Amino acid sequence: MKHLLSAGDLSREEALSVLDTAERMESALAGREVKKLPTLRGRTVVNLFFEDSTRTRTSFELAAKRLSADVVTFSAKGSSVSKGESLKDTALTLEAMGSDAVVVRHSCSGAPHRLAGWVRGSVVNAGDGTHEHPTQALLDAYTMRRRLSRLEGLRVTIVGDVLHSRVARSNVLLLSTLGADVTLVAPPTLLPVGVEAWPAAVSYDLDASLPKADVVMTLRVQRERMGESYFPSAREYSRRYGLDRARVALLPDDAIVMHPGPMNRGMEIAAEVADDPRRSTVVEQVSNGVSVRMAVLYLLLGGRSE
Amino acid sequence: MSGASGRGRTDDGVEMAIWLVEGVRPYGGRPVDLLLRDGVVAEVGRGLSAPSGAHRLDAGGLVALPGLVDLHTHLREPGREDAETVETGSRAAALGGYTAVHAMANTEPVADTAGVVEQVWRLGREAGLVDVRPVGAVTVGLAGVRLAELGAMADSAARVRVFSDDGHCVSDPALMRRALEYVKAFDGVVAQHAEEPRLTEGAQMNEGVVAARLGLTGWPAAAEEAVIARDVLLAGHVGSRLHVCHVSTAGSVEILRWAKAKGFRVTAEVTPHHLLLTDELAATYDPVYKVNPPLRTAEDVAALRAGLADGTIDAIATDHAPHALEDKQSEWAAARPGMLGLETALSVAVRAMVETGLLDWRGLAERMAAAPARIGGLAGHGRAVAEGEPASLVLLDPDARWSVDPAASASRSRNTPYAGRELPARVVATFLAGEPTVLDGKACL
Repeated sequence: MKHLLSAGDLSREEALSVLDTAERMESALAGREVKKLPTLRGRTVVNLFFEDSTRTRTSFELAAKRLSADVVTFSAKGSSVSKGESLKDTALTLEAMGSDAVVVRHSCSGAPHRLAGWVRGSVVNAGDGTHEHPTQALLDAYTMRRRLSRLEGLRVTIVGDVLHSRVARSNVLLLSTLGADVTLVAPPTLLPVGVEAWPAAVSYDLDASLPKADVVMTLRVQRERMGESYFPSAREYSRRYGLDRARVALLPDDAIVMHPGPMNRGMEIAAEVADDPRRSTVVEQVSNGVSVRMAVLYLLLGGRSE
Repeated sequence: MSGASGRGRTDDGVEMAIWLVEGVRPYGGRPVDLLLRDGVVAEVGRGLSAPSGAHRLDAGGLVALPGLVDLHTHLREPGREDAETVETGSRAAALGGYTAVHAMANTEPVADTAGVVEQVWRLGREAGLVDVRPVGAVTVGLAGVRLAELGAMADSAARVRVFSDDGHCVSDPALMRRALEYVKAFDGVVAQHAEEPRLTEGAQMNEGVVAARLGLTGWPAAAEEAVIARDVLLAGHVGSRLHVCHVSTAGSVEILRWAKAKGFRVTAEVTPHHLLLTDELAATYDPVYKVNPPLRTAEDVAALRAGLADGTIDAIATDHAPHALEDKQSEWAAARPGMLGLETALSVAVRAMVETGLLDWRGLAERMAAAPARIGGLAGHGRAVAEGEPASLVLLDPDARWSVDPAASASRSRNTPYAGRELPARVVATFLAGEPTVLDGKACL
């Protein structure tokens, strides 16, 4: 594995090796006073964030630091990028500085693919436009496996703005590789034309899919979509597709509730659902994210998956 | 006496060389000799003797077709001379076998006045490699709000007959109706870029399975078909000529077939790239494959080929759209849409239409020369390869195979989607009114 651009690039074995490596990373650090492994000492990881994302950027930063890599973070604000420097020039600059891996977040779908053609090091897609966010899917799968002890045959309902969601695309690809059954639920306006080719079932009815779900993952829905007539109002969206207490009651007893964050409380997820420690994995997802990203960097930068 | 000295003479007294093209096969038929003199095919026969001093061209094995005519070329001058000029674009056209091109109006400034179209026309004359026919904008500044002075452009030295806001759709139905009516006064034609703008806001590629996977905003086929349906009805209602640019979907072909069956005066073009390439190429995220309208599906390609073969689509037009490197070496969404086409059009058409048995050479000549010349109102182009007809010809080697090298293009730009691809058929020579513009595959000027 040279780059991680799409969750679809991972074979079942590669995906499982990321999850297993993440588990080993976590246990290696457990109980340590100094939360650092010497694995990537002397290697340089560049975080290239053309789009604001404190949570993902911090998670990658921490992951690289815990592996003892040198970490440089370029944010769009205040760097040459905001002065109109092209993606290609930025890539060549990083190349000249000698980076071993570039973690890139960009508002344009496919920007990491372009970057991978211009740099020698590994490229990790940390979210590109409305395309993919493969490490999010990996951390979600990791979280599901931790909580429910399996992935094969797991019934996962993903509800929300599938059309604009990179999290949904990566999750559908990865979860189907890992043998889970995915159902996408959204108003028809927020499903892409062509979704029928995805390895997932599609439904417009959240209530019908909940009693059969082991996992329900709610996606962030931007209120601005209302202005573009994707749905009539935030209230109507929330009534039909929001995960509230009444809907959670329809879930099987051990089902979990996930959200990639940041959440619109009261819109796609009710506050009491997000904060329910028994079902909600929102906080775990964040801490699991660091372990999974450590595993990805480790495997890309010459670590062996044994 | 003109032939005896090996020189001909044009009307205005300029001496012209005489050419004897030997052993060429018009439309792929039996080999003959063509004597080109005074801008016309003076004699056709076997074993013609060369007048003294005449140039001889051994054309054994080559196919002769009328010089190609492009209804849709972006020459970028004035305004983006870093991407193309009238001269560099003319050279690319001649090398592609063209003897006439229609230069689209979306320059900077826009070709929406007699002054700008005359400038482009004059630059074309100075380059002298193809007849450059300026297209006039339909609306002032391509803004789609009020009509440009269409009559002034028609009456200018450039004698504009094709009007288009290409790059933008004339989306206001009332304005489109008026434009269709108005150009009847000088037998003009409105060439519509069919794209309903509200349905394509932010659109990056064909809406469908591939776009859904790639997370790129979709450009639905219905956005093209809706405008074509509206416009054929308008053209039928007011009895005007309508030309539809770069038809790209199977649905558009059906609507055009219906409109023609109704007897509406509607013509249409398809680009070489829409006859060969599909939206799967977007998976590379390389914007060299970004074009407007976008590459569609294999089903659309099949329908376009069938429509071109049965005459529903009248012409192949390149939509040659040069772009500077920095406008293509970027993220997909930031890149400008468009592809080079002039130097590869004939080869791509041979691959898509001739090798597949859908068209023979005569059929190809109809779609790439005769029909576009008729639509554009060019009397001296697209005529038969026959005695007494204008000596604007292309000679091509049907058996040649060549690999596309962007760096070898005569265009100032490099954005060809065929880089590294092997294509059939190669232009060996092009004659414009009896004068060679290309010989041995190289431009003469």
